[in-house]
Amino acid sequence: MTASSESSLSPAVDPLNGHDVRRDFPVLDQQINGNRLAFLDSAASAQRPRPVLEAIAAYEERDHANVHRGVHTLSHRATEAYESARKKVRRFVNAASEREIVFTRGTTEAINLVAATLSQSWTSGDEIIVTELEHHANIVPWQMLADQHGFRLRVLPINNRGELLVEQLPDLINDRTRLLCLAHVSNALGTINPVTECVAMARARNVRTLIDGAQAVPHMPVDVRAVDCDFYAFSGHKMYGPTGIGVLYGRESLMQSLPPWQGGGDMILTVSFSGTTFNELPYRFEAGTPNIAGAIGLGAAIDYLESIGMANVATRESALLKYATDKLTELPGLRLIGTAANKTSVLSFTVEGTHPHDLGTILDHQGVAIRTGHHCAMPVMEHFNIAGTARASLGIYNTTDDIDQLYKGLTKALEMLR
Amino acid sequence: MTDSADSLKALYQSIVLEHSRSPHNTGRLEEPSTSATGHNPLCGDKITVFVQADGDSLTALKFEATACAICTASASIMTETVDNRSRGAASETIRRTLDAFEHQRNLDDLPGDMAAFAEVCRYPSRVKCATLPWQTLHVALNENTTTTTTE
Repeated sequence: MTASSESSLSPAVDPLNGHDVRRDFPVLDQQINGNRLAFLDSAASAQRPRPVLEAIAAYEERDHANVHRGVHTLSHRATEAYESARKKVRRFVNAASEREIVFTRGTTEAINLVAATLSQSWTSGDEIIVTELEHHANIVPWQMLADQHGFRLRVLPINNRGELLVEQLPDLINDRTRLLCLAHVSNALGTINPVTECVAMARARNVRTLIDGAQAVPHMPVDVRAVDCDFYAFSGHKMYGPTGIGVLYGRESLMQSLPPWQGGGDMILTVSFSGTTFNELPYRFEAGTPNIAGAIGLGAAIDYLESIGMANVATRESALLKYATDKLTELPGLRLIGTAANKTSVLSFTVEGTHPHDLGTILDHQGVAIRTGHHCAMPVMEHFNIAGTARASLGIYNTTDDIDQLYKGLTKALEMLR
Repeated sequence: MTDSADSLKALYQSIVLEHSRSPHNTGRLEEPSTSATGHNPLCGDKITVFVQADGDSLTALKFEATACAICTASASIMTETVDNRSRGAASETIRRTLDAFEHQRNLDDLPGDMAAFAEVCRYPSRVKCATLPWQTLHVALNENTTTTTTE
C-alpha cells in the first residue's frame, strides 16, 4: 500500500497518527480479480495482524505441550503462555480476577455454557428475556432450553432505526424472570445498546444478565465491572485473533455457585468411582485440552489492540463510519438498515431493484468483500420486512479508500442490474 | 477486458437480466394440483412453485419468489421450459438440469434458455441460486405440498 491509504482519513480524525495499520495485516496485501482487496467483512470474521500470526507460529514451533499437566520445560512454557493470555483478557475487559475468565470455542459456546448451567436451578414457567436484534447465537440456545424445560422466552423489541425500546424493559420483567440476554452491539445493524442501563434495570429486579459482546470488544473499550453484568461473552476471531477461541466472563460469586458443564480432564481435582471432586474456577469450566494456540493468539491480538488503544480504535472507526454513511447514502435507491443514533462499524443496506446476493457477487469482482444475507439475525430482517441485506463492516485496517472502492463497485453493480 | 469482467458479463448476461427484471409466470395458482416451497438458508431466499396438472400433462406452472437475479431468472426460465410437458418429460428435464449443475457436466445440453446459466458453475456460492427453483419443482412433483432447502 502507498501512504495514501493512511492519509485518506484526515489527520484531525485519525488518532493513529500515520501508523499504517493495513500493512500489519499480510492477507490484505493481495489482488482479488485484479483489484486491490477492500475487506469490509470484519463483523463476520476479522483478519489477523502479523504479531498474532507470529505468536501462534512461535508457540507451535518452540513451546507446544499440554497445559497444567507436565513437569517438563515445554509444558511449563505452554502453561505460562496460556495463563498469560488469560491475564491479558482479564485486564482487557477489566474483570476482577482471572478466575472469572473461561476460555471457550467462541461466543456461541460461552452462551451455551451459561444456558446449560445457570438454568439448572430454574423451574418450568420461568422466563428469559432476549431482544429482537440478537444474533441467532443468543436466541436459539434459549429457545432450545425453553422448549426442553417449559421456560418462556420474552422479546424486547426495536424501533425502525434499530434501537431497543429500553423503556419497555421494566414491563417485561416479572417475578419469574431469570435472565436478560442482550447484545452489546448488533451484528446486523451496528446499534450500540445501552447495556449498562439495561443491566441496572435487570439487577434492580434481581434478574441475571448476559451480554453478547462479540461485536463490541473489537471496536470500543469494554469494562465488564462498569457494565456490572453477570456474564459477558466474546470471540477471538472478531477481534483480530484466531477462530476457535472465545471467552466467557462470569462474575466470580455466581460462577462459584454454578454446576460444572462438560466433564473430563482438567476440570477435576480427584476422580474415583465413588465420586469426583471438581476443580476451581476457571478450570472447572474448561474440560479437556484447550485451544492453547488459540488463546495465545487471542492474547497477542489484545496486545496489538492495546498498542493502538481501544479509545483510538473507536474514534477512528466512528469517523470512517460517518464518511461511509454519507458516501453510501448518496446512491439513489440505497436504504440503510440500522440508523441508530449510537452506532458502530456496520453499514447494512438494501438497494432498490437489486438483491444483496447479486450485489455481493459483482462487488467481489471488483475486489470488495462484503457479507450478504440475513447475518444470522433473521428476526431483525423480519422486523424490516426484508429477506436480507448487503453489509459492509469496518475494522481497524479500513480506510476511506475501501469505502470509495465500495461506492464505485456499487455504482457499477447498479449499472449492470437495473 | 479481463477474464473476471468477461465472466461477470457471462453470469449476468442479458437473457438472465431480462428474466430477473420481468420474470414470466409469477404469481399463485388458486387451486394447484401440487406446490412446494424452497429456502436457501444461506441468503434467506424463498420460492414457492405451483403446478397445475391435467392427467399426465403439466398445464400451468407459476412461482412466487423473494430471490436474487440468478434464482428469479432460473425460475422464470424453468416455468417456460417445463410447461406443457408430461410429468415424465418434466422429471427427466429436472434431473438433467440438476445433474448438470451438481456435477458441472453437459452444461451445453442444459434445456432451453437454461444454457445461459452455465457460467454460474464458476461461482460455487451461487450454484444453489440457480438450482433452488428446480429442486423445489422436483419436490412439488414427487411429494405433496412441502418445504425444501438447498442445504
